[in-house]
Amino acid sequence: MRHLLGIEPLSPADITAILDLSDSYVKLNRSNQKHTNALAGLTQVNMFFENSTRTQASFELAGKRLGADVMSMAMQASSIKKGETLIDTALTLNAMHPDLLIVRHPHSGAVDLLAEKVNCAVLNAGDGRHEHPTQALLDALTIRRRLGQLSGLKVAICGDIAHSRVARSNVQLLTKMGNEVRLIGPPTLVPSGAADWDVSVHGDMAEGLAGVDVVMMLRLQRERMDGGFIPSEREYYHRFGLDAEKLSHAKEDAIVMHPGPMNRGVEIDGEIADDINRSVIQEQVEMGVAVRMAAMDLLMQNRRETKPGVML
Amino acid sequence: MDVLFTNARLIDPEAGTESKGSLRISGGKIAEVLTEGAPDVSGAQVIDAGGMCMAPGVVDIGVKICEPGERHKESFRSAGLAAAAGGVTTIVTRPDTLPTIDTPEALEFQTRRAAEAAPVHVAPMAALTKGREGKEMVEIGFLKDAGAVAFTDCDRVVENTKVFSRALTYAKSLDALVMAHVQEPGLSHGAAATSGARASRMGLPSVSAMAERMGLDRDIALIEMTGAAYHADQITTHRALPALERAKANGLNVTAGVSIHHLTLTEAAIKEYRTFFKVKPPLRTEEDRAAAVAAVASGLIDVVSSMHTPQDEESKRLPFEEAASGAVGLETLLPAMMGLVAAGELTLPQVFRAAALAPARRLGLPSGRLSVGAPGDVILFDPDAAFTLDRTTLLSKSKNTPFDGAKMRGRVAGTWVRGRRVGGEDADATH
Repeated sequence: MRHLLGIEPLSPADITAILDLSDSYVKLNRSNQKHTNALAGLTQVNMFFENSTRTQASFELAGKRLGADVMSMAMQASSIKKGETLIDTALTLNAMHPDLLIVRHPHSGAVDLLAEKVNCAVLNAGDGRHEHPTQALLDALTIRRRLGQLSGLKVAICGDIAHSRVARSNVQLLTKMGNEVRLIGPPTLVPSGAADWDVSVHGDMAEGLAGVDVVMMLRLQRERMDGGFIPSEREYYHRFGLDAEKLSHAKEDAIVMHPGPMNRGVEIDGEIADDINRSVIQEQVEMGVAVRMAAMDLLMQNRRETKPGVML
Repeated sequence: MDVLFTNARLIDPEAGTESKGSLRISGGKIAEVLTEGAPDVSGAQVIDAGGMCMAPGVVDIGVKICEPGERHKESFRSAGLAAAAGGVTTIVTRPDTLPTIDTPEALEFQTRRAAEAAPVHVAPMAALTKGREGKEMVEIGFLKDAGAVAFTDCDRVVENTKVFSRALTYAKSLDALVMAHVQEPGLSHGAAATSGARASRMGLPSVSAMAERMGLDRDIALIEMTGAAYHADQITTHRALPALERAKANGLNVTAGVSIHHLTLTEAAIKEYRTFFKVKPPLRTEEDRAAAVAAVASGLIDVVSSMHTPQDEESKRLPFEEAASGAVGLETLLPAMMGLVAAGELTLPQVFRAAALAPARRLGLPSGRLSVGAPGDVILFDPDAAFTLDRTTLLSKSKNTPFDGAKMRGRVAGTWVRGRRVGGEDADATH
C-alpha cells in the first residue's frame, strides 16, 4: 500500500515492523545527533483541517529530523473557507509535487477520499471518528517498551468511545495483536455496534478495570457532542473519571495512558496523570515522534521501492 | 395507425398471469388482448415481439427532476429520455425543486415544461407545506385542480404533529393523497448511515433502524385520527413492517413504497466511503433487504420506485458525511428488478404489480394495466439479456448510479406511450 490510512489494513507483521523501526528512532531522538537524511530532498506537507497543536508539532518534528522539507498549512484559515472543495485543494497541492501528505480532517473517510486523488503518499493524522493510526502505533510502542510485550494483555479503553478515532484504531491494533480489550463508558458514549468488535463492553469502571494491565483514558470530546450524552461533567467524573480508588481495581503495576490533551478532573484525576510510577502520558508523546518517523520512513521506502521494506 | 404486437409474452399484473398472445393499441388505448387464436392484422403496424415480454410501462412515484432550479443536474428532456429508455411511461415528480412546487403557478410551469420536453407522461406531486418547511399547508385544493396527484414534503418529515394532522384532515376533505417520509426526525438528524457495527467502525453518524418504525407509528396514529389517504414513501426496515400490516388490517387508507436500492443493496456497499451508495434513508442490513423484498412479493409493500435523485459529481465527491444523498434510477429500476426475478425473489407479475399497477391505482391513473381500455403505455423487454452497466451511457444528465460496473439483466427493447414509440433500444425518441 502507498498510504497509511488506518490500522485496519495492517497485518500483525506490519505493525511489528513499524514498532521495531520506531525503537531505533527512539534511540536516535535521545542522542545528541537527532538528524538522519532518510527523507532528504523530499517534501512533506501537513494539512490539518482540524485544530491540533500536539499532533501537528509531532509530525513536523518527525519530518524535520528525517531531513524532509516540511510545510504546515492551517487549512481552516485557507481556501476551504473560500469555498474550495477538499478535492480541489488536494489537486492544487498535488501539482506542487509533495512526496508525503499528512492529513487530519473532521469527517470520517475524508482522508481516504483525498488519497484517491493525489500521486503522493498520504498519512492519516486522524479523520473524524474513524481512524488515527499513528496514535494507536505510539500507544502500542509505549506498551511494548513498558511491559515488554504486546500480546496477551488485558487493556481497558475508557470514556468517550463514540466520538473517538483513537479508540477505533486502538481496538483494531490491540485485537489484531492478540490482547483482550475492554471498553468502559456510559452507554451513550459507547457506539451501538461496539458489541461486534471482538471486545467486551462495561458500564462500570470497577468491573471493567478488574485485573487489567493497561488503562487507556480518552478525552471527553465536548466539541463533537451535539446533544446531551452525559448529565454533567461532575457526574461523569464521579462514575468514569480515573482516580486512585478506581485504579485500585487494575493490576498493581498497571500503566495509565491518555492521548491528550487531558481534561483534568473530568476524565482523569490530576494526581494519577502526574504519578510517574503509573502514568506513561509523557512517554506517549515521546514515542509519538519516533513512530511517526518510522511510518514516514517506511512509506517513503515503499514509494521509492529502493528497498523491499515492510508493506504499509 | 393501430399498433399490433404479436408473439408476445404478456405480463398482466392485474390477473397475476404470464401468457403468450397479442395486443393491439388503437387510438392511444389498448383495444384488444388475445391469448388464444390469431389476431386480425388488418389496419395495423405489426410488431413481432419474438417471444419477448410485454408489460404495462412503469409508473415511477418520486422522481426528482431538477427543473426548475438545477437543470444542470436533470431536465424534463433528459429525465424523459432516461425514463423512455428504462421502460418508465409515467414519471411522478417530486416537488423538492428550487423553488419548491407549492403553488398552482409553479405546478403549471412544471406541467408546461413537461408537455414540451418529456416523451413520457409526467404526473406532478406538490409540496404538502409551503417551502416544505412544515409550518403552513399549501393550497391543496387549487393544486389538486391544477393536476397534483399527491402531496408530499419529500424527505422532510413534518415535525410539528399539529401542522401535519391539520394538513391530513384538510387533504382528506379533498380526497387528496399525502405521501410522507417515515423517520423520527430527532433520531435521524445528521445521520449518514444505519446504526450498527459497520457505521460504528467507520465512525459515521448513524440512525437506528427503529427511527423508521417510530415515524410510521406516529403517522399511522394520525391516519387513524384523520382518516386521510396516506402513502409511506419508503419502508426499508423489517421492524416497520408489522406496524404497516396492522394498519392495513385495521382498514386504514395506508399504502407503502420502497426504493429499488433498498431492495437490491445493503449497507455493506458503503464501505470505503463510497458516496454513490449514500441514499435517504440509508441502506440497511441484509435482513432488512430480504424482508422488504418479501413484503413486495406479498403485496404488503405496494409500490417499488426508483427514487430517482440526480446529483452532480461535485455534490457526491465529498467526505461521506458531507456528500449529497440520492441515486439516479430511471434506467436501472427494471434491470435491478429483473435481478430479483432471476434470483427467484419476485415473479414478473409481482414486479409489474409493484412498479406499474399499484402506483397507478394509488394515484388514480388509468395506466399500469394490460387491459382493454387502458392507455397504450406498454413496454417490450427481454428479462434475461445480460449487460454490464456503464454509467457514462446513462441518458440522465447526472450519472450518480450505485450500479456502475454491475452485471445486470433486462433489456428494454421498446417503450410505447399512448401507442407511440418513445424509447428503448434503437428507438426514435430523439426526433
